[in-house]
Amino acid sequence: MTLQSPLREEIFFQLGPVTVSQAVVTTWLVMAFLVVVSWAGMRRRALVPGAFQTVLEIVVETLDRQVSDVLKRDATAYLPLLGTLFIFIACANLTAVVPGLRPPTARLETNGALAVIVFFAVHFFGIRSRGLRGYLGHYAEPTIFLLPLNVLEEITRIFSLMIRLTGNIMSHEFVIAIVLFLAGLFVPVPFMILGILIGIIQAYIFTVLATVFIAAALAHDDLKSGGKA
Amino acid sequence: MTIEMLSIIGAVVAVSFGAIGPAYSEGRAIAAAMDAIARQPESAGVLSRTLFVGLAMIETMAIYCLVIALLLLFANPFVGAQ
Repeated sequence: MTLQSPLREEIFFQLGPVTVSQAVVTTWLVMAFLVVVSWAGMRRRALVPGAFQTVLEIVVETLDRQVSDVLKRDATAYLPLLGTLFIFIACANLTAVVPGLRPPTARLETNGALAVIVFFAVHFFGIRSRGLRGYLGHYAEPTIFLLPLNVLEEITRIFSLMIRLTGNIMSHEFVIAIVLFLAGLFVPVPFMILGILIGIIQAYIFTVLATVFIAAALAHDDLKSGGKA
Repeated sequence: MTIEMLSIIGAVVAVSFGAIGPAYSEGRAIAAAMDAIARQPESAGVLSRTLFVGLAMIETMAIYCLVIALLLLFANPFVGAQ
C-alpha cells in the first residue's frame, strides 16, 4: 500500500498561470450549494412561512440563540460572520459523505484562510467595541508583564484553531481509508456515520471558539447594548 | 538505523504517548460534566457548551502529536525531497 502524502496538493485543472486544486473546486461547489439553497428558500418570503422557509428560519434562530448566549449580548452584528462560518464548515465537512468529493476542510489551506478571517475579525470587533487605545490596552491586563504572553496567545490560538479542524477531518479521512484497506467494503460505514457527527461537532467547536475569542476582545461595559457598541 | 526507520518509530511514539494525556484528561472532564449535569439538569446547556470548548482545548494536544507524526512520515525535513 502506498499512502499518499496528505500535505500534497492535488491539482484539478490549470487556469492560466493559476493551478486550481480539488479542494478549491469543492469549496466552490459548497458555496454554490449554499447560495442556491438560501436563494430558493427565501425567494418567496411569507409571514407565515412554508416548510422550506421554516427550516431555514430554525437554523438561523438556533445560531442566533447560541451566539448570543456565548457573547451575552445581542448577536445581530456578529451573526453574519459566525453563522456563515458554522454553516460553511458544516457543509464542507459533510462533503465527506458525498461520493467522489473530499472535504476541503481536510486541507491546511482552507482552514488557514478561515482562521485568518477569524484573526482579523477579532481585532476588527475589538477595536470597534473599545476604540484603538482601549483595545491595545487590554493586552496589558492584568499587568504589563503579561503583555508578551497575551500577544503570543493571540497567534497560537488562531494557529491551533486551524490545526484542530484540519487534524480532525484529515485524520478521520485516514481512518476510513485504512479501515477500507484492511476490512473491505461495508465495514467503514459506521466510521462514516461517526464522521458526520465529528464534522458537525468540529464546525460547532470552530464557531464557538471564534465567538469566545470575539467575546474576549469586546468591551465588558456595553452588555446588552444592541451589539452596536 | 536509517532516518526513515527512526522517523517511523518517532511517529508511533508521538501518537501513542501523546494520546494518553488528552484521553485521560478528556475522561475526567466528561465525568465532571456528567456529575454536574446530574446534579443540575437545568444548566445542561451552558455546561455542555463549556465542556465542548474545553474538550477542544484538550484535544488540541493530541492533534499536535498527530501533526508531528504526519510531518515525520510525509514531510520529513531530514529525508531529502519526497
